[in-house]
Amino acid sequence: MTSTVAGIPAIATVPPIVSHRLARRHTRHIKERIIEFFLFLAAASSVFTTFAIVYILVSESWVFFQQVPLRDFLFDTQWTPLFSDAHYGIMVLLSGTLVSSSVALLVAIPLGTIIAIYLSEFAPFTVREVAKPFLELLGGVPTIIYGYFALLFVTPLLQKIFPELPGFNLLSAGMVMGIMIIPYVSSISEDAMRAVPMNLREGSYAMGATRFQTALRVVTPAALSGIAAAYILGISRAVGETMILAVAAGMQPNLTWNPMEPAATVTAYIVQVALGDLPHGSIGYQTIFAAGLALMLITLFFNILGHLLRKYYRQAY
Amino acid sequence: MVATPIVEVTSAANPQQSKVLKAEVVDLNFHYGSVQALKGINMPLYEKHVTALIGPSGCGKSTLLRCFNRMHDLYPGNRYEGRIKLHPDDTNLLDPKVDPIEVRMRISMVFQKPNPFPKSIYENVAYGLRVRGVSKRSVLDDKVEEALSGAALWGEVKDRLRDLAFNLSGGQQQRLCIARALATDPEILLFDEPTSALDPIATASIEELIGDLKNKITILIVTHNMQQAARVSDFTAYMYIGELVEFDATDTIFIKPKNKQTEDYITGRFG
Amino acid sequence: MNTAPSVAEVRALIVKHKRWDLAFAVIGTLALMVGILTFVALFADMLIDGMPRLNYDFLTSFPSRRPEQAGILSAWVGSTLVMLVTAVAAVPLGVAAAIYLEEYAPKNWVTEIIEVNVTNLAGVPSIVYGLLALGLFVYQFGLGQSILAAGLTLALLILPVVIVATREAIRSIPSAIREGAYALGATRWQMVSQHILPYSIPGILTGVIIGMARAIGETAPVITIGALTFIAFLPPTPISGAFPFLSFEWLTAPFTVMPIQMFNWTSRPEAAFQANAAAAGLVLLVMTLSMNALAIYLRYKLRKNIQW
Repeated sequence: MTSTVAGIPAIATVPPIVSHRLARRHTRHIKERIIEFFLFLAAASSVFTTFAIVYILVSESWVFFQQVPLRDFLFDTQWTPLFSDAHYGIMVLLSGTLVSSSVALLVAIPLGTIIAIYLSEFAPFTVREVAKPFLELLGGVPTIIYGYFALLFVTPLLQKIFPELPGFNLLSAGMVMGIMIIPYVSSISEDAMRAVPMNLREGSYAMGATRFQTALRVVTPAALSGIAAAYILGISRAVGETMILAVAAGMQPNLTWNPMEPAATVTAYIVQVALGDLPHGSIGYQTIFAAGLALMLITLFFNILGHLLRKYYRQAY
Repeated sequence: MVATPIVEVTSAANPQQSKVLKAEVVDLNFHYGSVQALKGINMPLYEKHVTALIGPSGCGKSTLLRCFNRMHDLYPGNRYEGRIKLHPDDTNLLDPKVDPIEVRMRISMVFQKPNPFPKSIYENVAYGLRVRGVSKRSVLDDKVEEALSGAALWGEVKDRLRDLAFNLSGGQQQRLCIARALATDPEILLFDEPTSALDPIATASIEELIGDLKNKITILIVTHNMQQAARVSDFTAYMYIGELVEFDATDTIFIKPKNKQTEDYITGRFG
Repeated sequence: MNTAPSVAEVRALIVKHKRWDLAFAVIGTLALMVGILTFVALFADMLIDGMPRLNYDFLTSFPSRRPEQAGILSAWVGSTLVMLVTAVAAVPLGVAAAIYLEEYAPKNWVTEIIEVNVTNLAGVPSIVYGLLALGLFVYQFGLGQSILAAGLTLALLILPVVIVATREAIRSIPSAIREGAYALGATRWQMVSQHILPYSIPGILTGVIIGMARAIGETAPVITIGALTFIAFLPPTPISGAFPFLSFEWLTAPFTVMPIQMFNWTSRPEAAFQANAAAAGLVLLVMTLSMNALAIYLRYKLRKNIQW
């Protein structure tokens, strides 16, 4: 022991002989820091994007709200911004969004949940291996194609059942949108179910439970927050969907709760204005930013809710 | 190693007064796909006694235990040969015609890691009854209390039956899992290394509980801890790479095992 | 109190319960069938309506007032050029961001904010990106209604997809690889550029393909920035005859893209134009589906091949 301790100062007095590469570590250090800085900038670009979205929406809407009182925007029951007798009641557009989203979710949530439970707990290995990529492809189809399908395939089909159904309607658009959302709901729900540890399932089976009992009473409750997050993603997809509605539900603002009627949604209105040529800076131009802000606030609410749920769900296991 | 596993129970091996056969493993082979995990197992299981399965890891003791309630049926590619006869009705538990759910309704299991369901304490214990279609409140209340008392947990949780089971400590969770298994009045209770995830104090309470339970129920327990086998069991089976090397009264196994290999394992020279 | 039912009772109970198993298996299969049959119907619909119109002339003609002479030349050229800009912008940015988040980011509130942001951006409706681009790229930056503006818009849109896929690929590399590189005296960047990046390329590629497949089918944001629906000319070619042989004039050219062309034809009442829409849709569908299928296949291969 003592000899080692005595040896240390002796070594320290000798100038260390190191390789030249180590001697140049200062420049190397600077180079590393520069690279890190650029990588940081890339990552921070997501924050800039968010700020830019908020800045653009708020600044353009700000001009809009100086001319249109917020009260009219929220409570007026007409939306006629391009007429001489202009009204700016966002309720009209929101009703279209609400009805079409409700139809879509009535399709997507039950079917998506059943598919998730089936694939996670019931389906044989081969069925799952084939079905999952298929569903993924369903989610990869461009929405304009769904729009075409809704307008020219589903609507004529529905008109055979409901002869009075108009060519543009929220029902057909909503149903097709529901089919489009199924993969989002089913794949996230299924991931949540498969994340439920096997020993929980074994515990249930060991009590004499059947597959269905295990799936319904143990696996589904255990995966509940993940499933809820999947639903919320589905909701925000439905609210933000544009092309299916612009094509198949018409672009006529219509305050209605009836899915059998045509009606413009918030998103379809933005498309309609963008297709025309409104001068930059006109009030008509600014309405789309106000509508966009409303849309953003709705989806933001659901996204935050979903984020909180996912966080809770990660803690569970 | 050992040419043929010899299983014999001499009359001297009887530590208790009466010995009624509850179940019997006959020429059991078990395959995971192409791997044979159990080879020609023969073993009795006596009513209202504790039988322990010991042996080094990978010897097949958990595999054997999980044959008793057909847990292997949950995974594809597993295959049983031979029989496990359940008395008194002589049902062969491994018969493909016998529904694994029926087997599991008669034979319950407690796992290595406590695995309470994400439900309240009450609903955890009531789960087996609900699965059996019992929904009458008064019946459930009675059985839940009885089972929790049986698992020595009633006093600790009776004021918070609606709490989530995850909020219990590890030892309490394991006793909850025992209560859950007891609530359905199983004929045999299987324990798969029930204390390996617990601290020594919780372990002691579980062992004490097993001692109490054996007056009412037949118990088969897998343990990697020889002292535990010595403390809780009446009979012990020593297994090695898929074979049953020796089965006898626990005292005999631990004091004068017939097989040299068993002795080496017991005394810690091997394993 | 022993209420254990007899074996016969237990058997009757099991038979009853197993009916639910069977019922659910049937319901589940049916639900899956709804999804798969819709997909088949959609594909068949496109094929039946669009196939007769799909020929060489259709691919090499400009749009026209006369449906039988119209084609998608300007649309597919526009889509290709926009995708080029999108890839050039989104891939380096996304990969760099993912590297920072996985290999460099300290655990602090800044990182937390970036992470939350990436998740949130993935949930922002695509049309909102269109509004962002309209306000920022088109007017504030003065890029106009150009290929550059559209490409950058779609790049922002698919950035979260690229970031998430790259992060997953990086995360799947075991830390032993990192330690091995460090133990040989590598700096962090050397470790990342020589080990982490090369090993995660297949995963990154999968994410990029999925992102591009999404971008190529996006309609709403491109309409929002004001892409025209009727373009009967091509942008200037990127390769010029005179020095310096490369021209970037095309970046600022007006353009249209495949989904907008399809949208335009779909909203026309004449059946002949709708047949054109189906034909354009078929081309678009085959493009996006083959890209998605390629990504799924790559991921499948990846899972099979790499056993860390």
